[in-house]
Amino acid sequence: MLNNLLSLVIWVPILAGVIVLATGSDRNAALARWLALVGSLLGLIVALPLVTGFDTTTSAMQFVEKAAWIPAFNIHYHLGVDGISMPLILLNSFVTVLVVIAGWQVIQDKVAQYMAAFLIMSGLINGVFAALDGILFYVFFEGMLIPLYLIVGVWGGPNRVYAAFKFFLYTLLGSLLMLVSMIYLYFQSGGSFDIQTWHATALGMTAQTLMFFAFLLAFGVKVPMWPVHTWLPDAHVEAPTGGSVVLAAITLKVGAYGFLRFILPILPDASHEFAWFVIMLSLIAVAYIGLVALVQADMKKLIAYSSIAHMGFVTLGFFMFNPLGAEGGLVQMISHGFVSAALFLCIGVMYDRLHSRQIKDYGGLVNKMPVFAAFFMLFAMANAGLPATSGFVGEFMVIMASTQVNFWFAFVAATTLIFGAAYTLWMYKRVVFGSVTNPHVEEMADVNAREILLLGVLAILVLAMGLYPKPFTDVMHVSVVDLLAHVARSKLP
Amino acid sequence: MRHALMQFAPVFPEMFVLAMVSLILVVDAAASDGKRYLAYLLSLVTLAGAAFLTLRDFSTMPVLTLGGLFIDDPLSDVLKLFLYLTVAVVLVYSRDYLRQRGLYKGEFFVLALFALLGMMVMVSASHFLTLYLGLELLSLSLYAMVALQRDSSVATEAAMKYFVLGALASGMLLYGMSMVYGVTGSLGLGDIAIALQDGTDLRIPLVFGIVFIVAGLAFKLGAVPFHMWIPDVYHGAPTAMTLFIGSAPKIAAFAFVIRILGQGLESQVGDWRGMLVILAVLSMALGNIAAIAQSNLKRMLAYSTISHMGFMLLGILAGSQNGYGGAMFYVLAYALMSLGGFGMILLLSRAGFEADRLEDFKGLNRRSPWLAFMMLLLMFSMAGVPPTVGFYAKLSVLQAVVEIGYVWLAVAAVLFSLIGAFYYLRIVKLMYFDAPHDAAPIAASPDARVVMSINGLAILALGIMPQPLMAVCIHAIRASF
Repeated sequence: MLNNLLSLVIWVPILAGVIVLATGSDRNAALARWLALVGSLLGLIVALPLVTGFDTTTSAMQFVEKAAWIPAFNIHYHLGVDGISMPLILLNSFVTVLVVIAGWQVIQDKVAQYMAAFLIMSGLINGVFAALDGILFYVFFEGMLIPLYLIVGVWGGPNRVYAAFKFFLYTLLGSLLMLVSMIYLYFQSGGSFDIQTWHATALGMTAQTLMFFAFLLAFGVKVPMWPVHTWLPDAHVEAPTGGSVVLAAITLKVGAYGFLRFILPILPDASHEFAWFVIMLSLIAVAYIGLVALVQADMKKLIAYSSIAHMGFVTLGFFMFNPLGAEGGLVQMISHGFVSAALFLCIGVMYDRLHSRQIKDYGGLVNKMPVFAAFFMLFAMANAGLPATSGFVGEFMVIMASTQVNFWFAFVAATTLIFGAAYTLWMYKRVVFGSVTNPHVEEMADVNAREILLLGVLAILVLAMGLYPKPFTDVMHVSVVDLLAHVARSKLP
Repeated sequence: MRHALMQFAPVFPEMFVLAMVSLILVVDAAASDGKRYLAYLLSLVTLAGAAFLTLRDFSTMPVLTLGGLFIDDPLSDVLKLFLYLTVAVVLVYSRDYLRQRGLYKGEFFVLALFALLGMMVMVSASHFLTLYLGLELLSLSLYAMVALQRDSSVATEAAMKYFVLGALASGMLLYGMSMVYGVTGSLGLGDIAIALQDGTDLRIPLVFGIVFIVAGLAFKLGAVPFHMWIPDVYHGAPTAMTLFIGSAPKIAAFAFVIRILGQGLESQVGDWRGMLVILAVLSMALGNIAAIAQSNLKRMLAYSTISHMGFMLLGILAGSQNGYGGAMFYVLAYALMSLGGFGMILLLSRAGFEADRLEDFKGLNRRSPWLAFMMLLLMFSMAGVPPTVGFYAKLSVLQAVVEIGYVWLAVAAVLFSLIGAFYYLRIVKLMYFDAPHDAAPIAASPDARVVMSINGLAILALGIMPQPLMAVCIHAIRASF
């Protein structure tokens, strides 16, 4: 059983998705929902042994599976996880359950297809994190675009078509250039698509530079980094709640994960050479996008911009080339997964009742939905980076790490503590406090049991990670140290 | 290679097809209008029989026979099997369509099988004369097929254009062949290869000849700037004929190019590679960009064909066994996708209604989720998005190009395929995001639906497990070169 654990983690959700799809039309909607819930829970359960069986003392790949897949090109079905990818798989399997529950009542149209799309995508994303073969990675990486395209396009808002196209073509541009780079690496490494072999392949500076920018575009679009971030606000605004949750909590992490698995270890010299470039883009994302978030009138857009700013911290941390920064970036990824998921769920809760995402349509929510207001408060604080929430840990670690490198990096990065608090809390104030001005708000009912369950679980996780982050950092520490040792070695021939 | 001057066993499939075509001609002439299915069934029997004969004599090494005119090697056998399969699928898809338009007559089947015979000869030719013979048999059958719908002025115009431009291309090809003959003194591909092995003093006439040969081949493939006939013919011909023209002849054209450039003129790769680079880049650029502007699906797929042929040329211009194998994989995958794409138009059409405009696909997901899903797979495969077979097709030719050091060409190719992704995505958008504007039930027959399902699922299955087909292609190329 343990030998095929990662395959199970990938294929159980996909299989569940196919079964859900087979229930067909909306007459069987209830059946589709329950099957999807069971499928997503199964997906989470099979992922749990990854934690219990994980050895935190080694940086080697664990739960490895390897089988010939396309011998003609020396492509293998090669899976394995280390301390960097394992937490992300768990996060993804967990968020999938949330998404299924979140769409329980809201989605009334083509329920089976909706649930199936999320389950299949969940399996594909697990594949992205587990793949150790370049082409296998690419297949999962691209394959997940198809369900996401449909989710945004079919169940999205009025401008969904534009958003879906923009999102798909943007990401495709980056990944196609990455594909060419991978083929080039195949020949440089003597005919191998194995990612770990690539880690040891010597490469000249020109090749490294060109590939660096190809990979940067591929993963930078997914992260997304300024200035290729513009698809994210569009996609978020138009996506259904579940789509937003997955986009923010998971797909952005795929991009950041690519930095650690591909760019840093395969192209260490170019990474050092152009670190200033990535740092600059990250700092612009942190500071400038924070200001952009401040002026948003649409709550989803605001959180989308806040996501970009937070992901700027992740890339900043990675390019500090010290364990504190890289681990801070990883912690920030996980934390942002919880917090952004929670915030989009909160917006979903409000949207289901009022069918508006405009801040100006709300006000005085606390009078009608006190329990919800409390949850929302916690997540808003976490987003602003309040100590004792998970949001603080990652940001603090990254700021510490950048102080060691350059004071001004830390200075600009620290502005997020001000801007983040400003845009989040200002939004919170306008939505929740004050007196009720919109008569529709009068009719809003407080969160029901299903929503309390969703938000409660996330609240516990946000607090747990904020108060005691050690289990998280322990899991990734050895792998991160090994990665950085690798990055420190030049690969120039 | 085994030489056998007069051995007929390798030619049995061709002889069988010829005999059966004659039989169908006679049977159909005697049959009443209600018995047209006889020709249909006999055609399928012909294909099955030919497949049986080809499989029975499946060659493990090349056999040259009929005085060096005809070669039977693994490459030709594999391609022939795919030709039978493709033609059989075409017949199943187009039956209802032809019946509704009064084209369900013996002529269609006879012409289709004659075209098949021409393609079989092309695939197995080892001599300029047989190559040309096969090509003309194919072309003449196709001209007549396009014109089969006599009352349609669009179809007649398409046939006329096809004929005039096709004849021009044949002329160019012949002219080029005559130059090569002048330089080498022989018409057999093997002899030409030997004659050119150590170079020649007559460089200028040789290159001159190669230019004309490549131009002629480009015409037949539909590569830019020799592509003008493709959109008009694809659009104007009855969809069943478009389906036929768009699928099987591509496989034959691949064999044609491989035989001439890869086998006969192998040593001159430095001369024809540059020409193919230009053809490939222009085809990918124009095909993908022009396709965006189309509102007719047949026309859009015509431009998409042009770009796909550009992609396939990438594999050939690599001039390596990997490249030829990649191009072969590409063309077989493309035939599968093309069958599905045009087949879907046939399935959605009904008496008096052609589902060939983009709007006709609106809301297909509501009308038939299953067919919409098949079309989704086809479109993503054409765009080269995994996990579909189209991705591995692109991967294999890109790999061949990078192997010879043309990284910039690979980058250009992927950028054009990004543009291409847009119009494939638009079809998916119409099917899934929009509401249907045509509520009529889909009248496709059960057997066509089953074949379409197999066709679509094959694209997914080969996308998840591409190894078998990939191995077949690589083996066929290795064993035949």
